[in-house]
Amino acid sequence: MIGEALTYTFLVIGTAFNTLGIIGLLRFPDVYTRMHATTKMTTFGTTFTALSVVVYAAVMFLGGNSVMFPSLALHTIIAALVLAFTNAIGSHALARGVHKSGCLPEPSVVDRLEGVLP
Amino acid sequence: MLPFLLTAIFAFSIWLVLTAGTGDIGLWSAPELAAGVALSLVTAGITRTFLCRSRNFRMANPARWLLMCLYILGPFFLEVTRANLDVAYRVITGRIRPGIIRVSSDLKTDLGIFMLANSITLTPGTITVDIDEATHDLYVHKIHLPPGEEKRETFQDSDLFSLANLPAWIRRIAE
Repeated sequence: MIGEALTYTFLVIGTAFNTLGIIGLLRFPDVYTRMHATTKMTTFGTTFTALSVVVYAAVMFLGGNSVMFPSLALHTIIAALVLAFTNAIGSHALARGVHKSGCLPEPSVVDRLEGVLP
Repeated sequence: MLPFLLTAIFAFSIWLVLTAGTGDIGLWSAPELAAGVALSLVTAGITRTFLCRSRNFRMANPARWLLMCLYILGPFFLEVTRANLDVAYRVITGRIRPGIIRVSSDLKTDLGIFMLANSITLTPGTITVDIDEATHDLYVHKIHLPPGEEKRETFQDSDLFSLANLPAWIRRIAE
């Protein structure tokens, strides 16, 4: 069954990236690099788990099950889009706030923003 | 009047997507459609000044929205995948050289710079920390700067992406 295989593949990819994101949170040294791991890798992983839900819903719908499944797929796509947008804007706001409150990147090789922010 | 109508149509199409599959007029039931029309008119009345603040209706063109879908599914997804594998490698090995760099961009409009900043943030390995409102320069935290790159004063926006020229796509969509 190709649909089922795809569902499980996407689920495994998504969970793997989410796990790597959490490992990054534990391993990276400062708040900025940790934000790289937790906000973006988890967005990517969650997009893949959402994709697996969409494939699952499509398979169930084509198998003659309830008409509920297309709307499940649509809602999941909207959830993934909203997650991507809010994650980008939220992590931007967090990074700016952190830099503004005086927590500079450590370690870092260059900081062009130092002294620019009031 | 035109901002009001455009906002109402936008809100109503989101309502249609959210309530698809509830009835038999097309995909929707009569009460859902009536509630959708009422709510989108109220929403448009409140928020009409937000969506069309620049008094420029170029985003009402459906071709731009189609191009945006293509952009998200094609070059943007490719770039995000490559960057995710890169950050996964750095999580496992711990080889990082972080730094905040200044990136200059040729994009002029607010929407264009917004899309570029979000694309940079969603691509792992780079976070937009701040935007210079006057010159539209971005301050980007990069997780791995190749040795020697920290000497460069400013970067061009297309230098951040290696597989596809995302700023050119954004210019076509938003400007």
